[in-house]
Amino acid sequence: MSRQDVLVTADWAEKNLGTDGIVFLEVDEDTTAYDGGHLPGAVKINWTTDLQDPVRRDIVTKEQFEQLLSAKGVGTDDTVVLYGGNNNWFAAYAYWEFKLYGHQNVKLLDGGRKKWELDGRPLTSDVAERSATTYTAQEPDLSIRAFRDEVVDSIGTKNLVDVRSPDEFSGKILAPAHLPQEQSQRRGHVPSAINIPWSKAANEDGTFKSDEELTALYGEAGFDEGKATIAYCRIGERSSHTWVVLHELLGRSDVKNYDGSWVEYGSLVGVPIELEVSR
Amino acid sequence: MCGAPDQAVALPPGTDLTKETVLAGRVVADGLPVPGAFVRLLDGTGEFTAEVVASAVGDFRFFAAPGTWTLRALSRAGNGETVLSADGPGLHQAEVAVAS
Repeated sequence: MSRQDVLVTADWAEKNLGTDGIVFLEVDEDTTAYDGGHLPGAVKINWTTDLQDPVRRDIVTKEQFEQLLSAKGVGTDDTVVLYGGNNNWFAAYAYWEFKLYGHQNVKLLDGGRKKWELDGRPLTSDVAERSATTYTAQEPDLSIRAFRDEVVDSIGTKNLVDVRSPDEFSGKILAPAHLPQEQSQRRGHVPSAINIPWSKAANEDGTFKSDEELTALYGEAGFDEGKATIAYCRIGERSSHTWVVLHELLGRSDVKNYDGSWVEYGSLVGVPIELEVSR
Repeated sequence: MCGAPDQAVALPPGTDLTKETVLAGRVVADGLPVPGAFVRLLDGTGEFTAEVVASAVGDFRFFAAPGTWTLRALSRAGNGETVLSADGPGLHQAEVAVAS
């Protein structure tokens, strides 16, 4: 993989709105953002109901993913361009899920909604309708998804990259600063994890930093090129952003996203936790 | 619009201002609210902490912790930032003026 295979620019996207075989999908943390305006022709994906199982705490199954994309009018061979707000957090999460289920042609709009809006590019509130398809997904590629037992077994052996903010990593706060601090699970981080906040990989306008800047960033933070890697955050969306950086942009092998992340790990009974602030 | 009282800030039900440190305010350009600006919360070292989109009337809020914070806004009307010190839990307010 390289940058050209993974990202599209806002210019490219604007020129390709409405092109046959290219489907724009918007995935926002704020699931109402699409309704107030989106890229012309883009279809909404709701991460809380479309990408996660409504009952079990898990991503959707292969069959649910097939039903979703069939209903949204996405063809198995279509080029899917994902974008969203908040620096593409949830678009990156969707990107990881598309890769997990074997979609070949999936890309991220570099800069997401933010750059698009700051550029003053067109938005519409017209809801796009696409004809249903019969979408076929692949069995999940578990080489890019980590589960809790593997995380515990990886303490001290793999690169464990905690991509939350420094205050979440240290245990000072439980959740990002734009969300209420109401969670009840334990604070801290997985022992031996290094803290490389996802935000360091992004420019102020939401675009990804250059390959050279990203390589330097991880090198300086103690990332070991010779080891396998597991990235995690709070609920797996910011670590998807970092997974895109490490696996897709920089081409590192054996990089997994732990989508259970701190909400799961910090609630497990008996696992070790490092806490850097006093209670 | 000027001197908006504290109760103008809409907080989620159950927010306990004796325990939570809430940073809130408005993005303005030439004194007028800027809707939809991207507001970034940077910690005392300038490190990115969180980002929200301001409301239709330019309002934003963060749940943070006591400390010194920089609020930086990006918008079509330009960018700007302001420093806000929160000495403890409670509601702390600031206005961020942007200009191109």
